[in-house]
Amino acid sequence: MSEENVIKVVELTKKFGAFLAVDAISFEVKAGEIFGFLGANGAGKTTAMKMLIGISKPSSGEASVAGFDVYTQTELIKKNIGYMSQKFALYDDLTVRENITFFGGIYGLSRSTIKEKIKVLVADLKLENIIDQLVGALPLGWKQKLSFSVSLLHDPKIVFLDEPTGGVDPITRRQFWEMIYHAADKGTTIFVTTHYMDEAEYCDRVSIMVNGKIEAMDRPKRLKEQYEASNLNEVFLQLARNSNPE
Amino acid sequence: MGISLDNISKSYKGFKAIQNISFEVKPGELFGIIGPDGAGKTTLFRILTTLLVADSGTASVAGMDVVKDYIGIRKSVGYMPGKFSLYQDLTVEENLQFFATIFGTTLEENYDLIKDIYEQIEPFKTRRAGKLSGGMKQKLALCCALIHKPKVLFLDEPTTGVDPVSRKEFWDMLKRLQEKEITILVSTPYMDEAALCDRVALMQDGQLLEIDSPKHIVQKYPKAVYEIGAKERHKLIQVLRDFPNLYSVYPFGEFVHYTDKRTDLEIPELENYLKSKGLSEIYIGLTEPTIEDVFMELARK
Repeated sequence: MSEENVIKVVELTKKFGAFLAVDAISFEVKAGEIFGFLGANGAGKTTAMKMLIGISKPSSGEASVAGFDVYTQTELIKKNIGYMSQKFALYDDLTVRENITFFGGIYGLSRSTIKEKIKVLVADLKLENIIDQLVGALPLGWKQKLSFSVSLLHDPKIVFLDEPTGGVDPITRRQFWEMIYHAADKGTTIFVTTHYMDEAEYCDRVSIMVNGKIEAMDRPKRLKEQYEASNLNEVFLQLARNSNPE
Repeated sequence: MGISLDNISKSYKGFKAIQNISFEVKPGELFGIIGPDGAGKTTLFRILTTLLVADSGTASVAGMDVVKDYIGIRKSVGYMPGKFSLYQDLTVEENLQFFATIFGTTLEENYDLIKDIYEQIEPFKTRRAGKLSGGMKQKLALCCALIHKPKVLFLDEPTTGVDPVSRKEFWDMLKRLQEKEITILVSTPYMDEAALCDRVALMQDGQLLEIDSPKHIVQKYPKAVYEIGAKERHKLIQVLRDFPNLYSVYPFGEFVHYTDKRTDLEIPELENYLKSKGLSEIYIGLTEPTIEDVFMELARK
């Protein structure tokens, strides 16, 4: 982790009519940090993330991602970040190779770079036997690991992971986190949401959103001390229990 | 009037979704099917709710055969599928009335059963179902599944993608329903929810790994589990993998869970090994295994 802040957010706000979905949140994320972005359903996580990845314009406040402004440089943000979620993953009716080639092309990589990337991925993830299989036929855990690798194809500074491990079996879930650690070790910043509170403990720092505001933000260990809790689930329950997402 | 399965199998185009599944759920039991996506949970639910016919084996629900007496079963079970399946363009109230009418009953007749849950969504009763938040949709779906006072309730992944607070509320509701003598079969990919069931079946890739009470399942775990912490967490896992006596190592929240090939682990020996690899702030202590430890041990066999 370096001292450079790759995400800077100041009083970022999003209103839908009179409803404050995101209410003046402020935080910074350092290069190579694993930052867990937690909150109850309806707390405003997705809305906040959409602003950071340049697909939703904030109502007020400031933010920069990978050095680019979320109001005026959204196309540059998209080029410099990776994104994956359970909903937006790979194309089921393309093979693994076709998916990698397609997304590599989207990110503007040259044919030779894409070929090189495929070679590396085949070796790292042991894809020899499945590289020419349709993605739709693969188990969910495989899809998610591949999808993560694809989101890193263009060597982004930051990767946004929106509930990447939902429904994935416990062993694969842990393998997935090792991939996250590996990417972070190489300097990629990880911005991740999850409903698994044990995974939240794998993060360097977490923030917990309640009703549009960030109510707590610190290292997991410090949060547990502060809230006198034995795990982050208890911290989360204390903070979010009395909120009303309606 | 519980549930009984005897050697149930189902394949789709050669893919074995579930294989030779047998178990019994006692009347009034809160029984959990615990497993990740692809375990076969939904296939099992669809067979038991008579929406799918098994390739082989027999099953009965509330004393009725799932093939011969499917009409009887449909009248006496409630089913909440994993995917929200109510009418999005009907209001909360209209959805409830619709399901009550279909089952030849009224909202008033069984109101005591759904009262606790319905009161939480009543302020939004004129809102269209499609406009409700995730938590509210889930509560409405549960009300609709209960409106005809079913003997057996099937809940397919009711808490998937739901935050920890709403998950806890949902389980509290299930506990209260159980007191009303409804047999409940519930599936979940969250291992920690297993502890809230009377008994659970652990499933992966179409097969049963284990059936027992959550307490017995963890008691049967054959090894001592140590939790180990260090400042450099990623490195800790890598270093432990190279330890000659390692049996398994998995991250668990703040710590990693470690098991040793030998029956007696010399803690100082392991600690010295970790120190020699440059790790700091080392903590090693004995801990209780969890359902997830058991699941991973069974799944790797």
